[in-house]
Amino acid sequence: MFKQLALLLAAGVLALSGCSEKSLTNVEYGNQNQILYIANGDEPQALDPHITTGAPDFHVISSMFEGLTALNPQTLELEPGAAASWELSDDLMTYTFHMQPEGRWSNGDPVTAQDFVYSWQRAMSPELANQYAYMMYFIEGAEAFGQGETTDFSTVGVKALDDKTLQVKLTAPTPYFLQILDHHTYYPVHPATIEKFGGMTARVSKWTLPGNLVSNNAFKLKHWELNKDIEVVPNEYYWDADVVKLKGIHFNPISQQQVEERAFRSGQVHLTFTPQMAIEKIATYDQNEPELIHKDPGYSNYFYIFNTTRKPFDDVRVRKALSYAIDRESLVKRVTKGGEVPAYHFVPPDPEGHQPKSYFTYDIEKAKALLAEAGFPNGEGFPAFDILYNTHDNHRKIALAIQQMWRTNLNIQANLTNQEWKVYLNTQQNKDYDVSRKAWIADYLDPSNFYDLLLSYGGNNDTGWKSAEYDALVEEAQHELDSTKRWALYEQANKILSDEMPIAPLYFMSDINLMRPNVKNWYGNVLQRHPYKTVYLENEAK
Amino acid sequence: MLKYILLRLLTAIPVLFFVVLMTFVLVRLAPGGPFDAERAVPAQVLENLNKRYHLDDPMPVQFGNYVWNLLQGDFGPSYKYPSRTVTELIATGLPTTIELGFYALCFAAFLGIISGVFAALKPNSWQDYSFMSVAMIGICLPSFVLGPLMILLFGIQFEWLPVSGWDVSPGDKILPSITLGAAYAAYVARLTRGGMLEIMSQDYIRTARAKGVSRFNVVVHHALRGALMPVVAFAGPAAAGLLSGSFVVETIFQIPGLGRFYLQAAFNRDYTMILGTTIFFASLIIFFNFVADILQAWMNPKLRQSLGK
Repeated sequence: MFKQLALLLAAGVLALSGCSEKSLTNVEYGNQNQILYIANGDEPQALDPHITTGAPDFHVISSMFEGLTALNPQTLELEPGAAASWELSDDLMTYTFHMQPEGRWSNGDPVTAQDFVYSWQRAMSPELANQYAYMMYFIEGAEAFGQGETTDFSTVGVKALDDKTLQVKLTAPTPYFLQILDHHTYYPVHPATIEKFGGMTARVSKWTLPGNLVSNNAFKLKHWELNKDIEVVPNEYYWDADVVKLKGIHFNPISQQQVEERAFRSGQVHLTFTPQMAIEKIATYDQNEPELIHKDPGYSNYFYIFNTTRKPFDDVRVRKALSYAIDRESLVKRVTKGGEVPAYHFVPPDPEGHQPKSYFTYDIEKAKALLAEAGFPNGEGFPAFDILYNTHDNHRKIALAIQQMWRTNLNIQANLTNQEWKVYLNTQQNKDYDVSRKAWIADYLDPSNFYDLLLSYGGNNDTGWKSAEYDALVEEAQHELDSTKRWALYEQANKILSDEMPIAPLYFMSDINLMRPNVKNWYGNVLQRHPYKTVYLENEAK
Repeated sequence: MLKYILLRLLTAIPVLFFVVLMTFVLVRLAPGGPFDAERAVPAQVLENLNKRYHLDDPMPVQFGNYVWNLLQGDFGPSYKYPSRTVTELIATGLPTTIELGFYALCFAAFLGIISGVFAALKPNSWQDYSFMSVAMIGICLPSFVLGPLMILLFGIQFEWLPVSGWDVSPGDKILPSITLGAAYAAYVARLTRGGMLEIMSQDYIRTARAKGVSRFNVVVHHALRGALMPVVAFAGPAAAGLLSGSFVVETIFQIPGLGRFYLQAAFNRDYTMILGTTIFFASLIIFFNFVADILQAWMNPKLRQSLGK
């Protein structure tokens, strides 16, 4: 009988051996056929640029849709997109865009100025409930229309002067308006397709499904299987189709970090897109395969917020003491290890613009003195409090390190509280926390991304901290066109943040990708803009 | 028997209603809503979203509308995926989950029955202890441990099999099916062993052996049918468990099945999707238990007679 069992086991092993026959991996197949395989982090919520909010969605959408302007992936300088050129009026409030003469949708229809008028009306319409509609409120009349105060779109400063000329009037000079046009909320949609599948404001619509979706960028949708694969192929009608080398891109929704890393190692994807790679893996790649790991500085930050409506964090001396007692150098070197930059001010330095100053440093003695001044000498009497973070191993490791720093440096006890993502958001927004982790990634290259966050009335200001002086400075800076004056205003706001410390900046984050060396023309940049039209795959030597 | 079947079907209705009610209440009690995001949704937009999905109606009205639509076969739209309805999402994920469950069940039955029979034929021997020890490990080892272990060994170390995906490369179904079926194989092995031991001590088996019937024939033709009774009883819950419990394996191996949708729906607070999948899985569990009971009655004349009375 046991001989039979042995035979059976042998058969099983043979069956497995049969499966070991090497077939082509995705990467091998992709290299031979110019097809890029990307681990896209998660399944996109939607492929509708006016509904979507997440990064995985943007990665796919940006391959298919193009705004009036585009950003150079190496320099982040403005480049022509759906608009070939533009002019700005003397009062700096009216833009006139001239569309690409050869601009076409993936079904061959010309991309017109009227398409943009229709699309922006759709994006602002309250009935569609676009969560990014506020990004358009720079345009004259857009806020009133978006808030439902008027239903007359002719009151909005967007007009098609003819098929190929679009005029946009702003409420005030906005230095970064041309950059924002590369945001997905400003992307155009094909009006006839939208109307065919339920109309302008139909949120539940089939227009984004394969076979229905019509797009205007270098690629068009070929296949979309939920939780499995999205495939885009070149759009032969694209105005700059000659530069496109890839024959296709596959976006695989791999939501688990470990699975993503394994998929990369086993040749299923050329590159990964997950913003938070497992910390321990970073060190392994650094040591063994440094050519595969890319750490690009981001225009983003990771910080802790204090609940300033709750004792003892309503005392600025306590907030400062806690912030000064964090060894940020050690945190990025020993804990996060991803090339992050320690942060001693809130806003990341803009490579070509605002360079905020640091008004504090890691200073244990000063921290102890401040805590004593606040009534807690050597931490005595300081109540135990919670550090809140959403469930994630990296957040836990950072919280553990900071807990230890506060215990050692200030003799105070912090407890760690992790919550599932939606619970964490709810807790933070209800201000039911003591200290909480937060991160912010900029949508465009301007400090307003960050300073606006802490406006008293800002929807994302969960600290409870309010400063009329700060609000006034930030509001003034938003419309100041002289960059020297503008940076000076922001510097004053930066000083207030350091003086008041409603948040403790920890570090400026890195974008960490795993990427095969044969992926060419893919550049790291602080906004993580990776236009696919010039990307190609070089034949691998091995 | 017919009366028994009808009664079982009727009792399923209040059970399902209770499942709907409890799920509806529990998902609404969970903190966080479907549209909560890291970047706070402007109040006006949130209002519009709630209006669009009728989340601004009083709770009893929402429940009444949901049940009314449900009776007409409409599970509603998904909040997470605006271009799809819940019915479409279930239809998208279900075939993969069924396929995975089927392979896992085949693996569990094949390995479990063979191991159980071999263990029972040499009771209290080292072979028996070995089989049952492996079975115990199989029961104790959760799929979120077994899966990554198998991936490390067969995927990364030996490079024999793909580590993730479904229908994308040859052999990508082997590791997930084994991972999902392992615990069930272990149960089947233990049940088969127990059944075999009991049957093999029966008089008619001794008689058959005394008459010179070969060991193979005794085992296969005389003993196995009776010995598999507990396995058949277990098959219903096992099938339901394999279908409804595959979400861990689907997540580990990136399989686009219904379990993964279920898990994502819970994290996204996609109320209609949570309700839809819960109702669907509850119906499956009720159905498979029902089928197992009928099968058991069919295989056991004594039980059939008692139900007939």
